[in-house]
Formats: sequence, C-alpha cells, structure tokens
Amino acid sequence: MARWGTRRFDIRVQPGFGTIALFTFALLYLPIVTLVVYAFNGSDSLSSWGGFSLRWFADAARNGAVQDAALRSFIVAVLAAGIATVAATMAAIATTRTAPYRGLGFKYAFINQPLMVPEIVTAVALLIVFSRVKVWTGYSGLGYLVLAHTAFCIPFAYLPIRARLEGMDSSLERAAADLYATPWMAFRRVTLPLLRPGIIAGFMLAFVISLDDVVITEFVKSGGQDTLPTYMLGQIRRAVTPEINAIATAFLALSVLLVTVFFFINRRKA
Amino acid sequence: MNWMKTAAIAALATLGFAGSAAAEGALNIYNWGDYTSPELIKKFEDKYKVKVTVTDYDSNDTALAKVRAGGHGFDIVVPSANYLPIWIKEGLLLEARPDQMENFKNVEARWVDVPWDPGRHYSVPWQWGLSGIGVNKKVYGGDINTSAIFLDPPKELVGKINVEPEMNDVLYATIKYLGGEWCTTDRDLLKKVRDKLVEAKPKWLAMDYSVTEKLPSGDYAGVYYWNGAIMRARLKNPDIAFGYPKEGYPVFMDSVTILKDAKNVENAKLFMNFIMEPENAALISAFAKYANGIKGSDAFLPADMKDAPELVIPPQFEKAGEFLKTCAPEVSELYTRIWTDVNK
Amino acid sequence: MASAAEIAKRAERENIRGRWLLSAPALVIIFIAAIGPLFVMLAYSFMTKGDYGDVKPVFSLDGWFSVFFQRDIFDDTLSIADAHLSIIWRSVRLSVITTLATLALGFPTAYFIATRPRHTREMWVFLVTIPFWTNLLIRTFAMQQVIRNEGVLNTGLRALGIIDQPLQIMYTDWAILFGMVYVYLPLMVLPLYASMEKLDFRLVEAGYDLYASRLAVLRRIIIPLVKPGIVAGSILVFIPSLGAYVIPRVLGGGKNLMLGNLIELQFGSGRNWPLGAALSITLMAVVMLALMVYVRNAARSGAGHG
Repeated sequence: MARWGTRRFDIRVQPGFGTIALFTFALLYLPIVTLVVYAFNGSDSLSSWGGFSLRWFADAARNGAVQDAALRSFIVAVLAAGIATVAATMAAIATTRTAPYRGLGFKYAFINQPLMVPEIVTAVALLIVFSRVKVWTGYSGLGYLVLAHTAFCIPFAYLPIRARLEGMDSSLERAAADLYATPWMAFRRVTLPLLRPGIIAGFMLAFVISLDDVVITEFVKSGGQDTLPTYMLGQIRRAVTPEINAIATAFLALSVLLVTVFFFINRRKA
Repeated sequence: MNWMKTAAIAALATLGFAGSAAAEGALNIYNWGDYTSPELIKKFEDKYKVKVTVTDYDSNDTALAKVRAGGHGFDIVVPSANYLPIWIKEGLLLEARPDQMENFKNVEARWVDVPWDPGRHYSVPWQWGLSGIGVNKKVYGGDINTSAIFLDPPKELVGKINVEPEMNDVLYATIKYLGGEWCTTDRDLLKKVRDKLVEAKPKWLAMDYSVTEKLPSGDYAGVYYWNGAIMRARLKNPDIAFGYPKEGYPVFMDSVTILKDAKNVENAKLFMNFIMEPENAALISAFAKYANGIKGSDAFLPADMKDAPELVIPPQFEKAGEFLKTCAPEVSELYTRIWTDVNK
Repeated sequence: MASAAEIAKRAERENIRGRWLLSAPALVIIFIAAIGPLFVMLAYSFMTKGDYGDVKPVFSLDGWFSVFFQRDIFDDTLSIADAHLSIIWRSVRLSVITTLATLALGFPTAYFIATRPRHTREMWVFLVTIPFWTNLLIRTFAMQQVIRNEGVLNTGLRALGIIDQPLQIMYTDWAILFGMVYVYLPLMVLPLYASMEKLDFRLVEAGYDLYASRLAVLRRIIIPLVKPGIVAGSILVFIPSLGAYVIPRVLGGGKNLMLGNLIELQFGSGRNWPLGAALSITLMAVVMLALMVYVRNAARSGAGHG
C-alpha cells in the first residue's frame, strides 16, 4: 500500500468520479429531505411554507383510516415475515452444505422465482386466482394478503440465512453427533444458536419487504383491507395534502430505524 | 417444536383476524375517491357503534370490474345513474327497499321515480352534479362556457389541461360538441368523435383525479371535471372560474346501493336511512361540494355553497345539461372501444 | 446383509428425502401464491372475455390476437396494434435508458465508495442502503415533490433566474424516467460496490507501470474486472423498471402508460382479462429473454477471462 504513495498521483482516483458520487448522494437525499421538510409545514398546501408545525402528524395520528391501515400493515408483515422465515430457514438447511443432488437447482430457481417475475404480473395472477377462491370459500379475510406476502418474503428471508449457513463450520455439529446428541438436539443446541444472526437478518428483510409492498397488496386486498402503502397510493393520486407527507415521514423513520438495527446486527456478526 | 408452535399461532391469528373482519359492527363502503365526508362517517360510527371503512375507486368501470370479479368484501357501493341498471341487471345489488325506510320522505320528489331505479327499490341519492369547465382566469381570459376548452384548447391552455378519466362524461361532451346525440350509433359521427379525441389528447397534460389540489396550485390551468371538485379548487384559489359547456354537458347522480353478497346488510341499511336525514345529507355536500337530493338539507349547508356559481346553473345553460342514459349494450361496447382507442 | 456401499446409498437417499421434506413448506407456499397462479393466468389468456370483466370458459385466441393486432372499430380492417406495441416499446426504451443512467451515476459512485478508507466505507454503503430499504411509493412521492411545477427543482431554478416559466416535468416521460432512476439507483450501486470492493488494485498498478492512461486502465482493467457487478446491477434495475407500475401511475398522470399500467387497465376499466393475461405473459417473456441474454453474456465474458 505504501508504494502507491510514491507515484505522482493516486492510482485509485479516476477523475470526475468523486463529483459524480457526491451528486448521486445529493440526488438520493434531496427528495427525501424535501418530503420530510414539508411534513413539518404549517401551511394548508404544499405550495407554500407556513412555519414549523406538527399539526399534520397530529392529524395523521387521529385519522382512523390511517390507524387501521398501519395496524393492518404491521399484522400482515409480522405474520408473513414470521412464516417466511421459518419456511426459509428449513429450506436453507435443506439446500446448503450438501453435495449437489437432483432437484437442488430446481429448488434454487423455485425459491428465487418471486424475485424474477415482475410484481405486476404476480399481482394480476393472484387477483385472478384469489377472486375465484374468495367466491368459492366465502372467506375474504386477511389470510390472502398474508399468504401472498409470505411467498414473496421467502426469497428475502432465505438469502441471509443461506449465506450464514454456508459460512458455518459443520465440525461443531459433527462433534455434537459424536457425543451422541440426537439430530434434533444438535440442531437446537448447536446449529440454531450459530444461525441466529442470519435468521434475525432474514426476518427483518422479509418484514421490511412486506411492509413496503404496494402492488401485490393493491390487487389482492378485499374491501376495507388497505395497508398503509395502498392507502397512501389512493390518496396520492388525488388531493395530496401535507398529511400524506407526515405519514410518509413516520414510515420513513421506521424504515431507517429498522435498517440501522439490521446494519448494526450484521456488523457485530462480522 | 418451537417453529411448529409459532406457525400454529400464526395460522390461528390469521384466522382470528379474518373472523373479526366479518364480525358485527362493521361496514365496508366502496365509493369514489375524495367523495366521502369523514365527519359523516364519524357521526355514523358514533351513533351506531359501527366500524366503517371506506375504500376508493376511480371510475364506474373499475368499481364494476372489481365487484364483478367477486370476493370483494364490500357492503355498499355508489354507482352513477347510467351504470346502476347494469348493476341491477347483473344481479349484483340487493333489493333493499329504501323506499320503505323511515327517512325516505325526505327525498326530493324529482329523485324518487328516476329512470335508473323507478321508485327507488335499490338505491338512495348520494350526490348529484355535472361535468363542466374550470379555468384559471389568469392564464386564459376568453370564453370558458364551451367544451372547446379541452377539445380545441386555446394555445394558452395547451399542455396544462386535465380531463376526468370517466369515459361516458368525456364521450358525451365530445358527441355534443360535434353535433350528435347521446347513444348515437352514427358511424361517421363517432369516427369524428374518436379523431377529435385522439387529436386533442396530446394537448392535455393529464387525465387524473388531483384537481382539488393541482388546479389551485397552478399545475393545471384548465380542466374538464366535476363541478364540486372545481368549486373546492376555487375556494383555495379565487382565480379559478367555472364554465358550463354550451354545446352540452352531462349531469350525473351517484346513488348508495347495497351489494347482494354484503356481509353487513343491517348496518348498510342503517347507513342508507342515516344519509337521508337532512342534516347528514348536508354533511356529505359540505365536504364534496355537490348537491344532494334531500329536502331541507339546505338549511345545514355552509354559506359558501348557497350561491356558488358551480352549483346554481344559470338559466341560459340549463337546457344544455342532460342526464346520462344507459345506452344499449352494443352501443356501450362501441363507445368502450372508442375510449380504449383514445386511451392507448 | 447389506454392504457398506448399500448402507451409504440408503443413508444418502434418506438424506435427500429429508431435504425435500424440509424445503417443502417454502416450495408449497411459493407454488400456491406465486408460481401456480401464473399457470392459471396462462389459461385465462386463452379464454373469451366476459362482458364486465372476468372470463367465459370458452377457448379463444382473441386475447393474444389483440396484443399484436387490432380490428378497426369503423371499417373492420386489420392492422398492427400499434398502441400496444408502442406502450411495450416505451416500457423497454425507458427501462434501457434507466439502466444506462443508473449505471452512469452508479459506477462512479460505487467506485468512489470502494476507494474510501476502509472504516468510512461502511458509512457510505449505509447511506445508499437507507433509500434502498425505504418504501418505493414514498420515494416516488418524494420525487413528485421535487419535480412538480411548484416543487423544489422549479422553485430553485426560478430563484436562480435560469427559467421564468416552470418546466413541465410531471406527467411526462421525463417524470417517469427521473422517478425510475431515483428509485432504482441503489439497486445498481450495491452490486457494483460488492464487486469493486474485491478489486485488486495491484492490477491497476501494473497497468500504470505499463504506461496505460487512466482511461485505458478504466476500460481495460477495472471495467472487465467488475463486469459481474455491472451485469448484476443492470438486471436488478432493468427487471423492475420494465414492470414498473407505481412510478408511472403516480408520476405519469394516467396518460403515459407503461406495460404495467396497460395490464392493470385490462383488469379494471378495460374489462378484458384475456388481453391483460396475455400482456402479462408477454411482459414476463421479455424479462426472461433479457435475463437469458445477460446470463449468457456474463457466462461468456467470465469464460473469456478464466
């Protein structure tokens, strides 16, 4: 490394790249900052600044439709991410640390399928199937949303769990087996604790993905099943009030919090 | 087995939540966006201890398609007059007999024996209004009582126009503008209608629903839109003026109906009766700024609605307004294809 | 008595069966709520459209037919469905431009991050990650507030005296493009960074030792080395761009449709489910085609260097 300094220039620098990078960061943050600033705008309209105010947050918090949607988003995300994490953990154990076997590639493709197909396609396909099923069964509850969310959460939960498993040394489990631990004991006492950071990461990814989903929810939801994103989509299309900014800002704060926690969990592991 | 427990709990919780959604004390309303007074809903919820959810739709076709698909979960839907016969014919509505309800006496006589629901066996009036022109006078100072504003826009307005995305209203204005009659099957005229729309559309900025915000803010300078929304825009920006297309403009009435597969029929009936109360009907109008059809509600209306130019039709334009009839299915099909052609 | 080999074989079989059992829940859920419905949709694309949405279970090729052809309303003549094709073309065009624009911005950015001192790199990556995990709708909405007529961009340009009339960006293809570049940018930066982080600067050094110019080093050494990252980033941006639905819906004003909105239209006010299903499958086919091209390309370039 020291040798690089002896040159007339830093070989790692490409001219202009720094400027473009800083521009990119500005671009990434300017809209978000605008959104947040307007959430604290005391004026009735988005066109003028009416002093700092928390009134739109108060309005949003009092709005019954927003409360319902937020609660629904949370319930769906917890259930979908929970089920997806369990299923993904099992699938990850089944597809790692093994010699290739027939069907392994098929499993990879299958599990990652939701990442490959455009969301709108899955959404309308689900609309077709679920609207029929809803009529047949007479049941039109949240179960459809949870099921749909679980499916597209699985690949996101699967990725970090699989990554963790592949980096794990299997000698400890073998040692456990040598000490006459049952496979289940070995799993509970050895594999699972080692796997925990991956599982937590997988759950959080799945949770955020479910919380953010707009398209599939929009097409699968029944009457009165708006989640926070679909509620916002409906509102944005019409009269955009600063109240939407306040909701978006609160949502944003939650996402940032989750990402930060995720980031630090991952860092500690490394 | 920890995960099994978790999965079992999750499954049970899902079913539990699903159950509660269908439980007593709920009402699912499916209505046009930005159209339902939150105050009205609050009052209804408090009075009957019912949890109301309102879901938006953006056109008659969207609502019909969604409900037709099944498994929608709604109790109440609010179709326009020209669509209501289709809903009835398709067997989607419950014959709720609002005409036998206590508050039905408050319905104005002219809204009782309506062609789309004679004697009101299925529906009660929600709001009625018309599609007209809204223009920012600072941008364009000429005559605005004409559909030319959006069909042959003056150059000041080109690229700043928003047109409501409701097929029948737009086709109606265009047919009348070109000298035809509604439900016409005259191919030569309809060809001209399509060509006119295809020619005009590039001069529009959007076909969207955000008029109450974007007309006053200056994003739009001219709109063909519903009168109540334009009035709400004017209240925010006094430069907005309202025009009645002299060539002809469509009048609509949206009515509250109960779906045949509604889960909360009793609550839906309570709601029907509730909105025929003059004070409550006034709440509906005070929010969305359209007229309702309930006697005595005027007394409860805010002052700004009494002489609003958007609501009081000047005598010389009264004749130009017409209630949209439901055209024969094959005519509708033809119109839909023209619309699809325009929309591409 | 079984031989050792047989025992091993049986153990192996049991192991594999266990592995199938273990992955069953994930596979079943994905089959029910993601893959299975696609087959139902394929079937729907070959049925007759219902009068007010839905389908009648009668075989028909009309759905597929009208993806590519249209019958004139008035004289019944057949022609290419230029409306559909032009929307498909717009979707592809906008997605390609989005991919190129994110690459142009993302490549220098990822390189910049990769060449920071090790302890600050994490912070830069974190700064890219935050928008990445923020709700897509919220970011689209945020972009709307920047580019609308009374938004930050126009107000700023006007204050600087660069323009006197607001630039009409909202409801144009530009708005969709801005939105997509903004929303999908992190998807380009992250995989690019992942491959640049592993970049061996001794090779760069060697390049300079051989009197290569900076540009030559970039073109001949850096870009080939980080090609997997470029490919991954491009796929990750191209696929969601092509299927974009929320961004054109919010920023396009209902007039500038992309494929995603055209599909929605058929299931809503268009009331033509078979056509919607056929369009969806067309979209999926285009995505798969793009994926295959990329993968083949990546494999070939990988082999060339290996």
